[in-house]
Order: sequence, then structure tokens, then C-alpha cells
Amino acid sequence: MNAPDLVGQEEIEIVATVNGRAVKRRINARQHLADFLRHELELTGTHLGCEHGVCGACTVLLDGRTVRSCLTLAAQVSGKRVDTIEGLSDSGKLADLQKAFIEMNAAQCGFCSSGMLLTAYELVSAGEARSRAGIREFISGNMCRCTGYHAIVDAIASVMEKNAGKSRHG
Amino acid sequence: MKAPNFRYIRPTSLEHAYRILAESEDAVPVAGGQSLLAGLNMRLSAPKLLVDIGDLKDLAVSSESDGEVRLGALTRHCDLLQSDMIRKRLPLLTQAASHIGHVAIRNRGTLGGSLAYADPAAELPACSVALGATIVLGSLAGTREVKAEDFFKGLFETDARRGELILAVKIPAPRMRLSAGFAELARRHGDFALAGLAAVATLDQDRIATARLVYFGCVDRAKLAQSVSAAVAGLRLPATDCDAIDDAVGRDLAPDDSPGLRASTKLQMARVLTRRVLNALPDGVAA
Repeated sequence: MNAPDLVGQEEIEIVATVNGRAVKRRINARQHLADFLRHELELTGTHLGCEHGVCGACTVLLDGRTVRSCLTLAAQVSGKRVDTIEGLSDSGKLADLQKAFIEMNAAQCGFCSSGMLLTAYELVSAGEARSRAGIREFISGNMCRCTGYHAIVDAIASVMEKNAGKSRHG
Repeated sequence: MKAPNFRYIRPTSLEHAYRILAESEDAVPVAGGQSLLAGLNMRLSAPKLLVDIGDLKDLAVSSESDGEVRLGALTRHCDLLQSDMIRKRLPLLTQAASHIGHVAIRNRGTLGGSLAYADPAAELPACSVALGATIVLGSLAGTREVKAEDFFKGLFETDARRGELILAVKIPAPRMRLSAGFAELARRHGDFALAGLAAVATLDQDRIATARLVYFGCVDRAKLAQSVSAAVAGLRLPATDCDAIDDAVGRDLAPDDSPGLRASTKLQMARVLTRRVLNALPDGVAA
């Protein structure tokens, strides 16, 4: 058996599942997940705002939970599952939320929308009832500089109500 | 900005991690990375090697016994928030976790990471001191335990030695009438605390019998507020005359002026928080 590596490398190979597809790439260790998605995989729906974990624009799902892709190294997702706005749109999982966002004017410039939708998706998927204040708290890590949030809260609340109705009657 | 160049390695076992850390002068463990990677992106630090301990199962194990809860270093903030066991036995941590960053941050950030980073504005170092926790460290030399009170040495400075890794946190959790209180003031929910307070107390009817109070945000490190903890012993709740406690806060805290916030304002915030937390103690009794 070879001596185990003790020094690491600046360039490493990663294998991950991105939007259901296996991806294998050689990357720089310093590359964060957002740059990996945008530059290597050309999945530019994930936006990059502040790049230090404040704005939430780069939110993606890692093994099913929201994370900041600017505060996650691409190297760290090797062996894990990443879902982005592209995959969740194509699969239809975001359809209800997207429809509600459009109907209620919850998107203006669109920069925050992918992150906002993914955070909303985590909330809606949890299936727990939330007050408007609770919804606001949940999306507090995602900044929107256009809508003033009311429309976004309206859209998320409408999907949650619809889902609650479904589970009551279904 | 982007992080500077560094090397990366994901050790396959705890022993492997120890050997890497012992070998390298400039290796930094990374787990959730929610503080570390933000600092790297802003080029506040430039370690040569990141050791990704995020997949080491040994560090993710938690257990409970009659008098103690042991939480693995990889316990995530969202786990603290969602665990029924924590809510029942260590409600202070449930309360505190809701104030840490936002959902996506809590999904990644870890208990061990927060303690190792030792940010004076962070919630969990203060909670660990208030709870009388013990931090379990491991290295090639073996394991070592340090009281949380002795672990935080200063601004972002801990007692951890080169080559050591936080393995777990042991927290006394007696099955008795323990009460927890937690509050913080930040400009927005999830921002760093301007002032915060974590408190654990035993109540005798409407009186505080014993209490441990630890401030954060307005201090240079997590340490027991000895004067306030002593001053509130015997206090009947709700507290009305708080002069003696206000004085004690002044003896325990010596905040500095910072941009946009005078030291006197921080002290006033700490006093207001003290009253709020003490008076909420009867509602925060552990089940």
C-alpha cells in the first residue's frame, strides 16, 4: 500500500452528481462551487453576488439542502449531489413556485430569483405551516433589491396554502 | 473576490487527518467552512493546505447519557435547531441556533467549526461556556479535554495546539430544573451580534438560585461574566430594581468603541439584554 497523501494538491479531480448527471472534472482546489457551476458546467442560472455568504444569490441544493455555493468549495462536493435552478426547473419541481412568482410579481430584475426559489423550495418541501413572519425569517438569507419582499412572501405563502389544502383534502 | 491558491485534501480517517495536521506547518481544517471560506474569499487569511474533515464519521457521532450530552464536532447548526433531544435537554442551544446566520449557513456550519474559529460575536462559544461544556481535542499525541472556560483565549484565539482537532463537546445535562435564556441584538436577524447573552440558571420558585451568564458580541472572547452571575444569585423574578445588576455588567464588560457603535451603547445594550434574559428565565425551563 502506498503511503497516504499528507500534503494535498492544488489541482484535484472531483466526481459529483449535478442535476442528476455524473460529472467528472479536474479543478483548482480554490474554486468555489458557484464558479465551478458557472464556468466549468456553464450553468449560469446560479448567480454570484457578494461572494462572501451574505446575499444568497448563489444558493443551490447540496444533498437536498440549501447551501451558499460561494462558501462551498467545488472540491467539497465530490461524491455528493448538487441541484441547481436549471435541474429543478427542468424536472418541474419548481413549477408551482415559479408560476406563483410570475403571477404575483415576485421577480423583477431576476438576479435573486434562482436563489430565492431554491430557498423557497426547501421551505415548501418541509411541508410545515409557517406564518408570514416565519416565511420572512426563512428567506432572510436571500437579498432582493427590487420587490421589497412582500410579493415574494405572497408567492411562497400561496404555494404553501395550496399544498396544505392538497394534503388536507387528498 | 476569489480565494488565494491552496492545496486541498480529504483525509480518509481520523488518524490520517492527525498525520496531515502534524506534518504541515500551515494546514487548516475545514468542515462547513461558513466562516473560513468567507475569510478566504476576502483574502483575510491564506492557509497553504485545507484539510476537509467534513466526511469523518467519527466526528459526526453524538450520544447522551444520564448526566451528559456529547455532541460530535460535525454537528451542524440545523441539527441543533431541529433535534428533539437538544430541545429537551439543552434548550439553550436550540434558542441560540436560530440566531446563527440563515438557513443555508446553518445547513453547513458546524459546532466544532464555530468553537475553533472563536469569533467573539459567535453564539456557540458563549453557550459552551455558559453550559460548563468540555471540549475534546484529538491529535497524534492522543486526546485531551479542556473546559470551555479555559478554551477561549482571546480574539479568534483558542487553547487548541498545532495538530489538534476538535472531536466533540461534552455538555453536562443534569435532569433537573435547569433554565436557559438567550437573546441577542443585531441590526438584522442573522447578522453578527452587536451584543448577546447566553444564560443558564437553576430556579428556586421565583428566585434564581445559581446562574452562569456569558456575553458575546460586546466582548473579546467568551468568558463567564462572574460579577453578574454572582449578583443575580438570590434575585427574585421578575427583577424590578436592576441597579446592582447594571453595576455588575459594568464590572464584567469593558467594550471598545467600534465604527458606528460607542462602547457606552454596547454596555447599555448588554444591560437591557440582561434584564430581558433574566425575566424570561422562568419560561425557558428545560423539560
